[in-house]
Amino acid sequence: MLSDYNFIGIFVVVAIAFPFIALGFAWLLRPKKPNPVKTDTYECGLQTIGETWVRFRAQYWIYALVFVVFDIEAVFLFPWAVAYINIDAWVLALIEVALFIGILTLGLVYAWRKGALRWQ
Amino acid sequence: MEWITNFWVTFGDWVAGVLAGWGLPPSGVDLVADIVGVIILLLLGVTAVIVFTPMERKVIARMQDRPGPNRVPLYGTIIAFADAIKMLTKEDIVPTRADKLLHVLGPILVVIPAVLVFAVLPFGPRLVGQQLNVGILYVVAIAGMHVIAIVVAAWGSNNKFALISGFRVVNQLLAYEVPLILSILAVVLLTGTMNLVEIVERQVVPFAVVMPVAALVYTIGGLAEANRSPVDLIEADSEMVAGYLVEYSGMKFAMFFIAEYVTMFAVGIVASTLFLGGWKFFGLEDLLPVLRPVIVFAKAAFIIFLMLWFRATFPRLRFDQLIEFAWKFLVPISLVNLLVVAVVVKIPLADPVTEPYIRAAILFVLNVVMIAVAFLMVRRAAITSPRAPALKRIAAVEK
Repeated sequence: MLSDYNFIGIFVVVAIAFPFIALGFAWLLRPKKPNPVKTDTYECGLQTIGETWVRFRAQYWIYALVFVVFDIEAVFLFPWAVAYINIDAWVLALIEVALFIGILTLGLVYAWRKGALRWQ
Repeated sequence: MEWITNFWVTFGDWVAGVLAGWGLPPSGVDLVADIVGVIILLLLGVTAVIVFTPMERKVIARMQDRPGPNRVPLYGTIIAFADAIKMLTKEDIVPTRADKLLHVLGPILVVIPAVLVFAVLPFGPRLVGQQLNVGILYVVAIAGMHVIAIVVAAWGSNNKFALISGFRVVNQLLAYEVPLILSILAVVLLTGTMNLVEIVERQVVPFAVVMPVAALVYTIGGLAEANRSPVDLIEADSEMVAGYLVEYSGMKFAMFFIAEYVTMFAVGIVASTLFLGGWKFFGLEDLLPVLRPVIVFAKAAFIIFLMLWFRATFPRLRFDQLIEFAWKFLVPISLVNLLVVAVVVKIPLADPVTEPYIRAAILFVLNVVMIAVAFLMVRRAAITSPRAPALKRIAAVEK
């Protein structure tokens, strides 16, 4: 089982090496003549005004929270989905999952009603 | 004739035999085979860029009634090589205000997950990098990592356009990942396995026919994950000059470019594996097993053609429409679809020969009902919405 991941391990090493090789090759070939105008922040020819690194709006946080809930739901549903086809007492399994999804759907409906899913 | 019809597998076995004949221990043979496989899969991903960029430019040009690239030899089809040479020799501009480390890290991080996905994608029962028992979960987990890379690139650029696109990444990619995973879950539920090879083998009728809802949701989610128009608000060039790509040039830009096309290709292969029957094509795969990878590539190319068609046809969505479409339409319909599949899978059917076809027919009918109901609900919501006076007028005219 664990030896299945040998291949993945080798792939990870090669995949990490790949961008470094590509960028290194380009580093050998490319010119390097920076000047202040060239390396200025690009805003279609205008000077940039003020600080760029500002806080994220709070609304992104709400979306991220809803996402985390549903992502974890998916993680819990994957084992159920694999095992479900072999379960004999399937009605029970189905009711349990329907309850699980139902509770999460209630959360989605709550967020929906609160207007958290509406972009403002 | 076995060796020629099943060329890939016999060739692989022959190489392994030769290596063992040289006195390598079995673990050494495995290691060499793994390294060769990794390099082949990596080159496959990079080849996708060389094949699909000219294809994109040609197809979209034809749809817009213009010739497209036609100054390069072979009707412009080798323009990708010209692009590659250009990218390699372009200066790498790092803005003075940028966070230097994050600016470099972005393009590196974005390529790694894009190519890593190929480790488990199947091109035949034995033509697969590694058959993982959690194959599809691996794909989802790895593919989700490119969000981080784009946020890193956007933040590191210290550019207002890039920052806006960084904000949007968080929202768009997260919003579309949920329906994507839920549509994949429907397939896992129907087959009872996460192993991609077994999913293909248990697909008697292609799941795109059996479960159109899941297939459609996957296609839309895949479009959003691969950042393709009409859901490419992250790099919307008419709104914020390509977003997180603004401050990148030369090879660093090419890294994002490669990642985008490799992701497109991966989405195409996963779609063909999950929904179009993988390497199966009306018995041709048993007649000539050598054609199995070709069938997978052809199906992936078809999915990519669909993506290009969407890009040439549909206008870009507005951001609030995009987000609300994911959370208020795709997620609920995927959840309903999941429960429907869960019930249909357990309908007792006696005859083992006709059983998959009957089940497929039941699922298909239920899917059509679901699509119809969803369409009517969306229509009603659109007409009653205070934000849609135009639709109201259309409804009034229809009455």
